[in-house]
Amino acid sequence: MSRIVGIDLGTTNSLVAYMDHGTPRVISAHHERAMVPSVVALTDNGLIVGDSAKEHLTRNPERTVYSVKRFMGKSLADVQGELAYFPYTLTEKGGVIRIKLGEKSYSPPQISAMILKELKLRAEAFLGESIAKAVITVPAYFNDSQRQATKDAGMIAGLEVLRIINEPTAAALAYGLQERTQGTIAVYDLGGGTFDISILKLKNGIFEVLATNGDTHLGGDDFDQLIADLFLTEIRRQYGLDLSTHPDHMQAVRLEAERAKIRLSDELKTTASLDLPDGKGRFTRELTRDQLDALSIALVERTLGPCRLAVKDSGLAPGDIDEVVLVGGSTRMPLVRQRVQALFGKRPHCELNPDEVVALGAAVQADILSGGTTDMLLLDVTPLSLGIETMGGVMSSLIRRNTTIPASAKEMFTTYVDGQTGVDIHILQGERELAKDNRSLARFRLKVPPLPAGVPRIEVTFLIDANGILNVTAKDMRTGETQSIEIKPSYGLSDQEVERMIEDSFKFAADDVSARKLIEARLDAGALLTTTEKSLADGGHLIATGDVAAIRTALSALAAAKDGNDPRAIRARMADIEQAAKGLTVAMLDDSLKQGLQGKKVSDVTQS
Amino acid sequence: MSGHIHNTDDRRELQMARSMCWHCQSEMAGEYFCDRCVKVQPVSKDLDYFTCFGLPRRLALDPQTLETKFYELSRAFHPDFYQNKSDAEQTISLGNSAMLNTAYRTLRDPIQRAEYLLDLEAGSVKDIRTTPPADLFEEILELQDTLDEFRASDRASESASTLRTKLHADRATLEQRQRDMEAQLQQLFGRWDALQNRGETTEQARAERGRILKDMRDILSNRTYVKNIVNDLVATIA
Ligand SMILES: Nc1ncnc2c1ncn2[C@@H]1O[C@H](COP(=O)(O)OP(=O)(O)OP(=O)(O)O)[C@@H](O)[C@H]1O
Ligand SMILES: [Mg+2]
Repeated sequence: MSRIVGIDLGTTNSLVAYMDHGTPRVISAHHERAMVPSVVALTDNGLIVGDSAKEHLTRNPERTVYSVKRFMGKSLADVQGELAYFPYTLTEKGGVIRIKLGEKSYSPPQISAMILKELKLRAEAFLGESIAKAVITVPAYFNDSQRQATKDAGMIAGLEVLRIINEPTAAALAYGLQERTQGTIAVYDLGGGTFDISILKLKNGIFEVLATNGDTHLGGDDFDQLIADLFLTEIRRQYGLDLSTHPDHMQAVRLEAERAKIRLSDELKTTASLDLPDGKGRFTRELTRDQLDALSIALVERTLGPCRLAVKDSGLAPGDIDEVVLVGGSTRMPLVRQRVQALFGKRPHCELNPDEVVALGAAVQADILSGGTTDMLLLDVTPLSLGIETMGGVMSSLIRRNTTIPASAKEMFTTYVDGQTGVDIHILQGERELAKDNRSLARFRLKVPPLPAGVPRIEVTFLIDANGILNVTAKDMRTGETQSIEIKPSYGLSDQEVERMIEDSFKFAADDVSARKLIEARLDAGALLTTTEKSLADGGHLIATGDVAAIRTALSALAAAKDGNDPRAIRARMADIEQAAKGLTVAMLDDSLKQGLQGKKVSDVTQS
Repeated sequence: MSGHIHNTDDRRELQMARSMCWHCQSEMAGEYFCDRCVKVQPVSKDLDYFTCFGLPRRLALDPQTLETKFYELSRAFHPDFYQNKSDAEQTISLGNSAMLNTAYRTLRDPIQRAEYLLDLEAGSVKDIRTTPPADLFEEILELQDTLDEFRASDRASESASTLRTKLHADRATLEQRQRDMEAQLQQLFGRWDALQNRGETTEQARAERGRILKDMRDILSNRTYVKNIVNDLVATIA
């Protein structure tokens, strides 16, 4: 069986991991971090993803998409409250958000697919084989539409998504594998955009989820926003400046807010500093840990309610939890750790890298699916109750929240009127009494043979599969015939739309990540060739002639690679030049510093 | 509008006896896997949950044994282990896993277990009570009035706080009542198991079984009724 990779498709950062002889490992590109910022930017050279796209957040805010995960499986109305915070333009078509980038509009699954393709490419470059299958993680509290959207993203990226697994459970797999823990654990996952809590029982290789809860709209982004709002208010007061009309500065404020927040995880105070527009100089402000805590306490408290509910639903008390595991970048905040420790009465574990553990767990699950790991098994649950609308707009629950998946329920339908040929069924997800207060998943019309009222008997089976995704089938109990059901998702892409997007993603080769990789590598190679030639001209006399010759050889090798179409070969030749020209760089710096630093060598300076 | 009938009774469906392997057509002797071709077999809809777990039809049940068996069967059926198998096997694995999960959920909880057994033994659809049990009639009508009054009151007012105190007391009474019923149930469970263990087939034993089942059904539906009232009460005063 071909290799299956594990992917953590995060709000802020995404990673890909694989199983290396029984040990999960994250994949990082040459000299780069394993984390790929979940950012997509439209530039003159086409669409770019990751670190280079992040650069465009302030330079090109209207064309740089970040935190797209917040929009997966959502309609515009769902996110109305926060639209003002996003510099890019959102519209809606067919119940699905569209993000405008230049001339074209993209659905959130399409944007996510670009991130997935980048990860796929990294994995392919690293493993030296083509990758077509993946396990992708989602927040445990994601509903059916959000899961389906994630699966769509995978398909658009050219990946067969063999399994959607929950982020906290993935973390538990990685944790359990490493620590060989037995007992009850709570996984508290606070990332960039989402919060999850899962309670699991670990026993002899079985990872049984007892309960899960969360908030798919609560994460580090919200902390950043609070700090940014504080800065914006003060800037308005002190300078009479309203930055909301300057998208680039809005982004700069948000990024500086995040940096200040991160620094305050290690320090007790920090200074934030921002360039202002219209020649108003710089805004600087000291922020203390206490101030940050005061700002964030309400958000942190919001995570505790779901924690208590999850513990209660698992039939336990907080004190019954043997271990608490922290996942997600935002759990580095001291306030979060304090509150979690106070709730469970235990010091939480944070030995595993909270950024990587979800991707590692996805790789473990991938290995289980490919038959490599056979002693571990994850038994997960559905986070939300599933039901249908009945008379009077009430939701009748068919599968309760925290039911182990796969789970199924059958319901018998009949008619009220003679000759009635259809029954409309409205599927819902949520915990509220009334249909209108829950999430509408889909509607469909059950076909019924025209008979006297009450005679038809159609049995509908609602099955939640191991991905937490709903499948519906119907059977006429009189004839034994099954009917296929065409479901129109309330907030999702239709099958045809996904098909078209898959085609699009192949058709526009210029948008294609691999083509873009090559373009970027060539550009960078061009720049390196120019600067190195110039250095040789300026400082060639400072080094041995043998070294000059070596640099020249490396230069012509790069020039040749640049004409080829293998970005990896280009990068390798670039690394050769950097190596060969090291002596030249040092010699030139030494030379130019000679007067200023009487006698001191660059090597001394850099060491001190 | 959807007209749906609750509680489809699976067992009453006509079901082809599963005596042949769906794959190699050989006579089935193994439980869930064909002895010859080792392919997984769909769990028959006629199989009751007790039999599925290899347990006798009793109301006392060791949770540890149940869990061990659940994990064992999960390892046998879970879709994770069928990723490389044929579509037919994947479908069977999915169906079996869903069935197994329902079975485990039902048997794990003593109340659901009893309701299920009642259903198996007496073929009854769950008895849903719509009026208060006789011995609680007065109390519950009064409670409903207090609840209505409380809902209509200004929460900050003095009268609301008096009502709240009263409701808390009512809650304690009802919860005690619920516990009493659960204790009665425990006793009935014990009597049922003992009777089954003796395995008598006399007319007398049959009559006794019928009485126990009837008592169980009454107490179960009273308990559900009281539990719903308590939930409503808790939601109102929260
Ligand atoms: N040292 C730190 N202190 C506080 N916050 C931090 C720190 N390091 C990272 N973060 C925050 O963690 C968040 C990113 O975490 P992570 O990478 O786990 O999220 P994600 O997986 O992308 O998001 P999600 O899981 O919600 O989809 C960001 O909001 C970032 O600001
Ligand atoms: Mg995450």
